[in-house]
Amino acid sequence: MVESSPAGRARPLSPHLQIWRWHITLAASILHRATGGALYLGLLILAGWALSLASGRGTYLAYAGLLATIPGRVVLFGLTVSLFFHMANGIRHLAWDAGKGFTPATANLTALAAFGFAAGAASAVWVILALNGAL
Amino acid sequence: MADFRTALGRARGLGSAKHGVGHFIGQRVSAVALIVLTLWGVASALTLAKGGYDGARVWMSYPVNAVLIALMAAAGFYHVQIGVRTIIEDYFHAPLAKTVLLILNAFVCLGGAALTLVCLLKVAVGGGAS
Repeated sequence: MVESSPAGRARPLSPHLQIWRWHITLAASILHRATGGALYLGLLILAGWALSLASGRGTYLAYAGLLATIPGRVVLFGLTVSLFFHMANGIRHLAWDAGKGFTPATANLTALAAFGFAAGAASAVWVILALNGAL
Repeated sequence: MADFRTALGRARGLGSAKHGVGHFIGQRVSAVALIVLTLWGVASALTLAKGGYDGARVWMSYPVNAVLIALMAAAGFYHVQIGVRTIIEDYFHAPLAKTVLLILNAFVCLGGAALTLVCLLKVAVGGGAS
């Protein structure tokens, strides 16, 4: 793929998204950003919770009721998964910052572990919520 | 005495200003704090989910809970501010759009943190709502 430049000489372009073969480390990298963005929303929901608690019983119960609706629960479950994935993948990033875990085998394994941890920990939290009678 | 050296000549050999890695380090220090704080936060959410309004007021009256949730909110908003800033800088190259989004991001994060902390403080210190 080439494109003419102001100098009149054709310059090569970097390969873009559709060129790369789908891979677990690629998925983990993209989802790290996506879940980070989701957790932005999570913090705003936390801010709303603090505001409702400070505003009194009626507001708190209305806010809790909103979070307990089916769409509310879907969002909260998604945020639980996002938090645990971003945490596990963030630990991968901290290891990389220390110069460790870069071999393909290790990177694949730790990406898989991050997905596994996210699924397992989020499921455990929601099973506990159900057993507590909080759902 | 006049200095005939060039600006580059004066700067050479002095090393960096040591400010360039501020966001990098801040992102990682807040990440380490948030591993602990959010695990505690999830455990706390399990308690809060079944306690209702009165349970939440009692929970917030414990200073340890009030301090930890305040730290979690502060570290969280700081962490996402840097993270989303990086995403904006990666994907938005038009100066106007980038600047507007970066300012918006800063306002949302600072505003969210201030709102959360003041509300938590109001409940933790008592008074106000019934």
